[in-house]
Amino acid sequence: MKTWIVFCATVSLIGMATVGQPSAAVAVDATEIVQKSQAVFFEAGQDLKARIKMTLTTRDGQQRLRELTMLRNNYPAGEQKYFLYFHSPADVSGTTFMVYKYPNREDDRWLFIPALNLVQRVAARDSRSSFVGSDFSYEDVSGRDIEADTHRVVRTEALGSRQTVVIESVPTREADYAKKLSWIDQTTFLPLKDEYYDIQGALYKIFTADEIRDVQGWPTATRRTMTNVKTGHKTEVVYETVVYNVGLGDDIFTERALRRPPEKWLR
Amino acid sequence: MRSVFLGVVLLSVGVGMVPLPVQAEELRIHGFLQANYDMRVTGQHPPGPEGGDFLFGEERFQLRLDKSGEKGRLFIRTDFFHDAIANRPDLEVREAYVDTSVGVSDIRVGRQLLIWGVGDYLFINDVFAKDWGAFFSGRPVEYLRVPQDALKLDLGTRTVSAEIVAMPFFQADKLPPRNRFLQFDPFSGVPRSTQQPALEFQNTELAARVYGTTWGFDTALYLYRGFLRMPALQANQPSVPTLVTETFPRLAVYGASTRGNALGGVVSLEVGYYDSLSDQAGHNPAIPNSSFRYLAGYQQQPWEDFTVGLQYYGEQMFHYDAYRATLPSGFPSQDQHRQLMTLRLTQLFWNQTLRVGLFAFYSPTDQDYYLIPEIRYSISDNLWVSATGNIFGGRRPTTFFGQLDANDNLAMTVRYEF
Repeated sequence: MKTWIVFCATVSLIGMATVGQPSAAVAVDATEIVQKSQAVFFEAGQDLKARIKMTLTTRDGQQRLRELTMLRNNYPAGEQKYFLYFHSPADVSGTTFMVYKYPNREDDRWLFIPALNLVQRVAARDSRSSFVGSDFSYEDVSGRDIEADTHRVVRTEALGSRQTVVIESVPTREADYAKKLSWIDQTTFLPLKDEYYDIQGALYKIFTADEIRDVQGWPTATRRTMTNVKTGHKTEVVYETVVYNVGLGDDIFTERALRRPPEKWLR
Repeated sequence: MRSVFLGVVLLSVGVGMVPLPVQAEELRIHGFLQANYDMRVTGQHPPGPEGGDFLFGEERFQLRLDKSGEKGRLFIRTDFFHDAIANRPDLEVREAYVDTSVGVSDIRVGRQLLIWGVGDYLFINDVFAKDWGAFFSGRPVEYLRVPQDALKLDLGTRTVSAEIVAMPFFQADKLPPRNRFLQFDPFSGVPRSTQQPALEFQNTELAARVYGTTWGFDTALYLYRGFLRMPALQANQPSVPTLVTETFPRLAVYGASTRGNALGGVVSLEVGYYDSLSDQAGHNPAIPNSSFRYLAGYQQQPWEDFTVGLQYYGEQMFHYDAYRATLPSGFPSQDQHRQLMTLRLTQLFWNQTLRVGLFAFYSPTDQDYYLIPEIRYSISDNLWVSATGNIFGGRRPTTFFGQLDANDNLAMTVRYEF
């Protein structure tokens, strides 16, 4: 059965792939598609520097803003390091946050609170923890292990003007969803939409990539929204600036830099 | 001399052009307006005009100036406030420092907050000054820290780093003021004087920390050479004292800590040897004996936005026989192995805008406790309100928390940040 679906998907992918887009035709397997999707969405470039604006909006329209700089570096074997610096709101201005991300094991996380001059280790489960009160979880920000779900191709369909392949992911490890459907662009492999379903099978969270720009050759989702259908709360993330391959050194991802953020990378 | 030192830093910052290698590239201005009141709910009062139902009350304005450039940074955090209990305005420079780099090392000079160690409200290698009065009266947690004038050097490689701190001006811990807190006094009614370490070069306190992260564990070694920050009470005559002097005996601390992911959460361990340099044999009852201190902590998130933290702490006194033999009769004696447990529960609601928490201390050896329930709501990005309780109790009125039994209080804080 599974083989048959993969075969169908392969046929339709090959059928839709136009000349000059060989990458789509190569992706024959759901896991491989998810892998490619994660690679373009979370791992583009050797490193990344982005200025991000996050708007949290409640059902009744009340808004909160978070502005931050994100620095990210890729390492061999799928490891990544993230350094986040918060510019606003005022009470968290100067707060820094660092993540060492490992495939298939718990990440290391550090938080520096400037008012206390204190570095803390953060115990948080990726899948279940909201990132700074937003509708995004830690996993939504830095990616989930491919092996933590089983993936299958459900169908291919057009989403707006883009041709997508729809993938269903069912967790085999701890997750805050029982099922996820992802609409993955057949050309760029960016996820254009994700739907999260709870254990009762009800839709509760929707992700959309609202604006995609070409940044130094990497298709980049520069505006994205996560909406909690149940609470009506939503979070919009805008990449105001984003640059790849800026040459981040490993010395940025240290406790010393956490306490004393590297000015030149934050502006 | 201290004010001269600070004055130089302030003047340099104010003028913005004196010998500071900072290019004026960005000036950030932040701060807050805050009202903070704390009421004792037991109906008991210490004598005197400040010993009423209000333990604490103030209106505070904080201004933070932060000027950064490629070569360095200037930072000043100044609080202007009105003490509503004593009815007087005042000013407090919380931080005022210059950061710069020389080669591979960073230097921070000026008034700064210093924090080390892995304990949560338990301090072993964190030998820096604290304000226990602020803590016990439910003030925002940053006021537990007393800033110190210091020179700090940061150096190291990617794998191992070190911090070396020199503190030329001694700063004692701030204990709950006797005119506002009801507490145990072994020398009740006897006049007191304070004898701080003299301002001499040889009295400069030195602290060092060497740290790095291996296999995901943040590991550190610590060294400190200076003075005990809690006053040791020396009576002029043991039988009928007519004067008690608060002294600060010499102290060295050697310690280590580690912290990392394990057992589905974050595990932390810390140890320290407190070497009582002024009385290593333990014969002087007024000077605390040398001791070995340890703590083990575990923090976990069982479900979304809920965190549990547990700690176990112990203090093993050396030369206990000498301590018991020299302790004046009638004085409460300390256990040889004092132990303390803590529990922290935190639940966040409504996209982390509402926080409900509890921190609890319990000592099975002193048989006393201290509970800190707290609720805090962020009305907007700029405005938050909080209510914090401080509940003390114990079997005896002479233990650390037990003596504060009559001071149960409730604090309210409103802060507008800009």
